[in-house]
Amino acid sequence: MWFELQDLAIEHIIMVAISMLIAAGIAIPTAIWLTRRAAWHRWVLGFANILQTIPSLALFGFLIPIPFIGGIGKRTAIIALVLYALLPILRNTLVGIMGVDAAVRESAVAMGMTPRQVLWQVELPLAARTILAGLRVATVTTVGTATIAAAIGAGGLGVFIFRGIASVDSGQILAGAVPAALMAILADEGLGWIERRFAPA
Amino acid sequence: MSALVEFAGVSYSVGGREILRDISLRLEPGEKLILLGRSGSGKTTALKLVNGLLFPSSGHVLVEGKSTTEWDSVRLKRHTGYVIQESGLFPHFTVAANVGTVPKLENWPEQRIQARVSELLTQVGLDPKEFGARYPKQLSGGQRQRIGVARALAANPALLLLDEPFGALDPVTRLELQRQFQKLQTTAIFVTHDVREALLLGSRIGLLRAGSLEFLGPPPEFLHSQGEEARAFLEVLGAGHVV
Repeated sequence: MWFELQDLAIEHIIMVAISMLIAAGIAIPTAIWLTRRAAWHRWVLGFANILQTIPSLALFGFLIPIPFIGGIGKRTAIIALVLYALLPILRNTLVGIMGVDAAVRESAVAMGMTPRQVLWQVELPLAARTILAGLRVATVTTVGTATIAAAIGAGGLGVFIFRGIASVDSGQILAGAVPAALMAILADEGLGWIERRFAPA
Repeated sequence: MSALVEFAGVSYSVGGREILRDISLRLEPGEKLILLGRSGSGKTTALKLVNGLLFPSSGHVLVEGKSTTEWDSVRLKRHTGYVIQESGLFPHFTVAANVGTVPKLENWPEQRIQARVSELLTQVGLDPKEFGARYPKQLSGGQRQRIGVARALAANPALLLLDEPFGALDPVTRLELQRQFQKLQTTAIFVTHDVREALLLGSRIGLLRAGSLEFLGPPPEFLHSQGEEARAFLEVLGAGHVV
């Protein structure tokens, strides 16, 4: 049991970490691109919103029959987790950058910063706190949602939970749920610490 | 031909609304031109046309004889210092980093940047040792404006553009900063709605009214101007005397 717990926990963490890296890699550049195209905000955020409203079990199910990206296993689970994580990161990056004081942005331009310098030296550092907050929310929810990934054979702590449900064994359910909850709390605290440390208000 | 800045028949419209109408003026090196006008008279727009934050809808703005549309956009901005109300300092940069912004963008060696920052902080009356490592939010409004001016002067710009730089300050601090500004040798265009400030600081005053240049001349001439808008501004002075 202990060894299994360890293995499943590691599997869980890896699944979440990969999903978060991919989600951040998609959402942050997209949000930056969107800050230059106000007309697209509604459409892209609306799309990400719709993704978020699909019940997670249903989304995992929908993905299985889709050729190439679907099927049983980790890949499908990671795709679903990425889709869920997009919205908070996208929205927070967009809000963070759009929220940079117009006078500060204007003076950056007037100092002769190139658009790239304005982005890296002014906009991103000033939006860092909000962006990190979005990553934190996304990570915490992904840790929880990833337990459902076991339903499509992706492993992780959800294995205990589904086994517990099937055998009406609340001990098994707790063996999956409690470590997952602890993991979520740790992720929350850890990313919160990074937020305070590297992006003071 | 040696005008540092020249407006040649400049108009600026946005969304079908004309903000500036047929402005022509020349600014010689060493001059301090005050653009005076009410809110919405187009004075900030005129300023932004000089460093290429905006471009004229018709006519030309020439800086050192070259149209702003022909200047490399980044070069033109680094060539002119820009100060705005509430300073627009970078909140995540220290005072020293704020002042050193343009030298750093220009890849000056670190030592030269430090020396320049110390020199400028001293010049605007702030001890580099005491203030260099602070952040803008740890400063008073007057200190922030001083830093704003120091930042704009950092890379020895040929021209300083100031948009109501002292507008948000208490009267005593404002006077201190105005006195300091008087000592500056840099050519400047200074936007304000404060007629006292205009008379105190300007070598010439340009009065804007609803996008048109209604008066252009030195302060003594402005005092005797019979123009309607000029009288309206001078009346403010009269009202001050009664109190």
